[in-house]
Amino acid sequence: MVDAATAHDAAAEPAATEAPAGPGLWTGFRAMLGRDLRLAVRQRGEAARVVMFFVLTATLFPFGLGPEPNLLARIAPGVVWVTALLSVLLSLDRLFLTDYEDGSLELMVQTPVPLSVLVLAKTAAHWLTTGLPLCVAAPVIALMYAMPAEAYPVLLAAMALGTPSLSLIGSVGAALTVGARRGGILVPLLVLPLYIPILIFGVAAVDAALAGLPVRPHLLLLGAMLLAALPLAPWAAAGAVRQAVD
Amino acid sequence: MCAHTPALGAADLGCIRGDRPIFAGLDLALDSGDALVLAGPNGSGKSSLLRVLAGFLQPAAGRVHWYGTEIARTPDAHAARLHYLAPYNAVKPGLTVAENLATWVTLRGADRSGIGPALETFGLGTLADVPGRMLSTGQARRLALARLIAAPAPLWLLDEPAVALDREGCQTLARVIARHRSGGGIVVVATHQDLGLPEAPRLNVADYPPADLTEALLW
Repeated sequence: MVDAATAHDAAAEPAATEAPAGPGLWTGFRAMLGRDLRLAVRQRGEAARVVMFFVLTATLFPFGLGPEPNLLARIAPGVVWVTALLSVLLSLDRLFLTDYEDGSLELMVQTPVPLSVLVLAKTAAHWLTTGLPLCVAAPVIALMYAMPAEAYPVLLAAMALGTPSLSLIGSVGAALTVGARRGGILVPLLVLPLYIPILIFGVAAVDAALAGLPVRPHLLLLGAMLLAALPLAPWAAAGAVRQAVD
Repeated sequence: MCAHTPALGAADLGCIRGDRPIFAGLDLALDSGDALVLAGPNGSGKSSLLRVLAGFLQPAAGRVHWYGTEIARTPDAHAARLHYLAPYNAVKPGLTVAENLATWVTLRGADRSGIGPALETFGLGTLADVPGRMLSTGQARRLALARLIAAPAPLWLLDEPAVALDREGCQTLARVIARHRSGGGIVVVATHQDLGLPEAPRLNVADYPPADLTEALLW
């Protein structure tokens, strides 16, 4: 009796039972960022642990290598970058784990906000609570190693460009391992190879500044890596989170 | 061929977790305002069915439709129109009760004015500024349930919603479900408790054993 077209009309969704339109991307980003920052501020131990590890590890090198000012000044850029990288690595397994364990990740997947935006917000919160404090602490370490003053601005610029990439690339590793048992062991294996270019150019920028060579190419390369990671990492991490929720 | 298209429909649904078949040949059709109670012993696949309906789990066979559109084609739209209540409460110990709820209300794009009444409904009105870590198991459950009404969505998939709730909490939940249905909402609930749904059809997931498993057992 009823032909296909009217049958389809009859099946049209009643507007009243449809979900409300989602919030804007920016509103969603801000809500997630605000939540994670608020949690980080109330559980200060987590962020403090990362900076503590950074400062303590860097402090130990002079004890092991002997207090020769020339040697310390020469290794300062490498020590700052390697310890910063390890500190970030240490904090990565927490990025999605608590949200996975208490079911928040499933709720994130259910929101009308694209998951990659929420992942980007979480990564931004991660950088603000780990990368940024590391940038602030880096000059203190450099001072301890008697690094010549002319390299400080370059060190800061390189850290400011490099640490967000560490958080972004790390978010992919953290998302890939969140559903796996003992994922914490896998994260370094997945993430460290991708960190090496940032380490190389980060150290090279400061070394170039110390040697009086142009630093622009190194900083530009760090910037390029950040610009590549900015859209790609949240997209990949969101895909991995979707898998974890399955 | 039936001309009627149900709001939520599934035909010949089969599910495999890992390498273990859970159920097969399961059909369901729910219209606006309908409720379905999932029954069956522990481990029979009630949660798996809910996760398939939510789109978290890909069915091994069959498809799930929303007004005739396959949900796998529009996963984001499907996610936005449903509330899947998991066994976990997703309550952050570091956030207050109101902040916990506000995060999800904002992310769902709902109006924040619904937060207060939702907390009142579930008896958490006086606890709005209490941190999540202070909540008892039952109170955390109430907070998770408050999400259902603070951010409206037409399809509710509830996995053991009454766990840890006291008698009064169960009555509130039954009332909230009834109101949701009278507004045209759909509820699929896996529960062993009485939630005021005596007339709702029951579906025993254990009645749809996967044929492969039976064969494997015979083998």
